[in-house]
Amino acid sequence: MTAAAEGVFFLCAVLAVLSALGTVSLHSPIRAAMSLLTHILALSGLFLVLHAQLLAALQVLVYAGAVVVLFVFVIMMIGPAVPEPPVHRGFLIKVLSVGVMLLVTTVLMMSVLPVTLPTLSLGPCAPGAGAECAQFGGVAAFAQSLFMDALVPFELISVLLTVAIVGAIAVARGRTSEEAQVAEQKRNAADKALEERTLREKAMAAEVSAHGGH
Amino acid sequence: MQIEVGDYLALASIVFGIGAIGFLVRRNVLVQLMSIELMLNSVNLMLIAFNRYMPANHAGQLFAFFVIAVAAAEAAVGLAIVISLYRLRKTVHSDRADSLRH
Repeated sequence: MTAAAEGVFFLCAVLAVLSALGTVSLHSPIRAAMSLLTHILALSGLFLVLHAQLLAALQVLVYAGAVVVLFVFVIMMIGPAVPEPPVHRGFLIKVLSVGVMLLVTTVLMMSVLPVTLPTLSLGPCAPGAGAECAQFGGVAAFAQSLFMDALVPFELISVLLTVAIVGAIAVARGRTSEEAQVAEQKRNAADKALEERTLREKAMAAEVSAHGGH
Repeated sequence: MQIEVGDYLALASIVFGIGAIGFLVRRNVLVQLMSIELMLNSVNLMLIAFNRYMPANHAGQLFAFFVIAVAAAEAAVGLAIVISLYRLRKTVHSDRADSLRH
């Protein structure tokens, strides 16, 4: 592990924690989204230190390029939301949840901090490390693993993404006023038909009982 | 100082905890979705850190790849629901999303 890689680790780690805190604590959603962007960039730096070059690039492309932009689009579309009156209804729950999560996180952190594994050089490959170290996490080696070991999940993920896109459009689209009118007319016609049928059935039942009375 | 896998795991735990607290405490649906992204990201970091120490295969990185794809799908659907909620209630406050109560 070189000093440069250590420096990148500490810089990115501090940045990641600070921007995560910013994401959950900043009041305005757009600032929270920018903080999330910083967090994602810091994480992609950490991925680089861990020799996951392709995933670092994907992290920037997918998260910074797509997810955060989607968040910003939605925030811009909704506009400055009406400020909600502060509710004190869930105060006890909030304190309780923060306390429990702090406890869980501290215990988890303390228990994983001393973990060590048989280490190889983190950071840049040693001069005599061989080709395998240089290729780990690169596009060629990663694609080899992806298409040899995980082809079926890969194809399933593409189906999932397609379904998610269709579902997102169906949920977010809403109805235009004409479509709403058509639906309203249909509903009225159905209601009318139902009413007529019940009336007819009642009349028939009355007729039958009148016959039975004779 | 040698950086061990434990440091990465501790960092990922801290970020996961921050995300969980944000999800529980904030009432703005958008910020809650961002907190979910924080938690997913911390798990990705953990998977990739483990994979670096076991470089015989790319299992951890593959898993992180799929988590990124699922998180993107989740964000798209979640934001669509937020837009739908805003149309219905003119708010992004999750306490107001109570149509299914009672």
